[in-house]
Amino acid sequence: MTETEQALPLDGWHRARGARMVGFAGYAMPIQYEGILAEHKWTRESAGLFDVSHMGQLLVAGPDAEQGLESLLPADFAILKEARPKYSLLLNDEGGIIDDLMVTRRGDHFYLVVNGATKHGDIAHLKARLPAGAFLDHMKEQALLALQGPKAVNALSRLVPGVEALTFMTAAAFTIDGVAAWISRSGYTGEDGYEISVPANAVERIAELLAAQGEVKPIGLGARDSLRLEAGLPLYGHDLDQDTTPVEADLVFALSKRRRVEGGFPGWQRIARELSDGPIRKRVGLMVDGRQPVREGAMVVDGEGNEVGKVTSGGFSPSLEAPIAMAYVPAAAAEPGSRVSLASRGKIFTGTVTPMPFVPHRYMRKGAA
Amino acid sequence: MSVYYTKEHEWVRVEGETGTVGVSDFAQGQLGDVVFVEVPQAGRTLGKGDEAAVVESVKAASDVYSPVSGTVTEGNQAVVDEPSLVNTDPEGEGWFFRLILSDTSELGELMNAEQYQSYCDDQ
Repeated sequence: MTETEQALPLDGWHRARGARMVGFAGYAMPIQYEGILAEHKWTRESAGLFDVSHMGQLLVAGPDAEQGLESLLPADFAILKEARPKYSLLLNDEGGIIDDLMVTRRGDHFYLVVNGATKHGDIAHLKARLPAGAFLDHMKEQALLALQGPKAVNALSRLVPGVEALTFMTAAAFTIDGVAAWISRSGYTGEDGYEISVPANAVERIAELLAAQGEVKPIGLGARDSLRLEAGLPLYGHDLDQDTTPVEADLVFALSKRRRVEGGFPGWQRIARELSDGPIRKRVGLMVDGRQPVREGAMVVDGEGNEVGKVTSGGFSPSLEAPIAMAYVPAAAAEPGSRVSLASRGKIFTGTVTPMPFVPHRYMRKGAA
Repeated sequence: MSVYYTKEHEWVRVEGETGTVGVSDFAQGQLGDVVFVEVPQAGRTLGKGDEAAVVESVKAASDVYSPVSGTVTEGNQAVVDEPSLVNTDPEGEGWFFRLILSDTSELGELMNAEQYQSYCDDQ
């Protein structure tokens, strides 16, 4: 651990379990325990426990909280129901993405989960832009765990009866072993599963309890990345940034219908124009020919070798046993089935634009059996 | 027969004029799960330190450098077909290529097993 890296509340627990630690978002974090492939497959088949305590957990409260958040996010707060997490975007005045986040109405306040690497910037932005009657609290005393995979429900409902009744993108307050926990049925792997917010001073006990369930193994950041890539979920700082709009990023679902028409959030003019005229470039999924992965930073090139786009995430899909990637390509080349050429490591690779997710989501949606 | 190691974690096993090259057990542990290997074609001439092969894990891509100068006689098709051999048997079945050494004096600049072990312990 370098001096600039902070320790997570579970730092010692990860090391005792043989994790290899790397610097990420200013923290020493476990990249893997037994190996990325094994951890990836375990999560797809059973249940993986992820420590995501580096992420920022924020509360926004006060009489102007709702109006203040609605002025900064493209979500429709008028129809945002209690305890229903909503994926949203913090936007700059040019429509670029400052961060992607989850926002949940919880009684008289809102609970936000933001990315670890961007949380300090987000907090500064929110404090500068929220009205005087809205108050922000960075809940540094909370840790965050994710339990993901088809057997997550079996493991967690054994410890917390009632969580099986939650459906995808719903949440509620529970207790685990006497500890207050805010649990949502959500995640970042494409699998069914939960995200569990507990006090940092109790998180080691809760992690130990979860990991003691037969279905559960701890999973590192490496598999978290390959799982989210297969699920087609963008990673902030790689697939999304301040120069990328939600329309380019194919995140139009995060722009609520009323807000698309009415605006009233940063960058709306550009976003509305892109919604009507189409964006210049678009985030797409690629199946890369052959077996060699093409990684972040590779160029999308035209027939003459000119750069026309870029790969923003790429790797080897353990589930498909083939290389996959996310890239920004010109809108004309964004249709599924379009062929693309990629320049990486001094070679030209070819690939095909493919609908995402690469591996089907298996969320437990309301009304599904 | 002797095995020599580089600071970049390649090994070369020398029998007469022929060297067999791969990456060390330490290297495969650092790489993690190997998913792709590219080996040089027979007939290719390599200088000591030249990029000779490519190994990619789930995490990252790495170049494999030739520990010695020579002419490639064989790339290991088995490791191309089954890249996980680099993880399961890095200093055996997981070899990358064979070459005829053009300058055996270069071996004097490499580490023996004992020196390499202490080099890894310091990493």
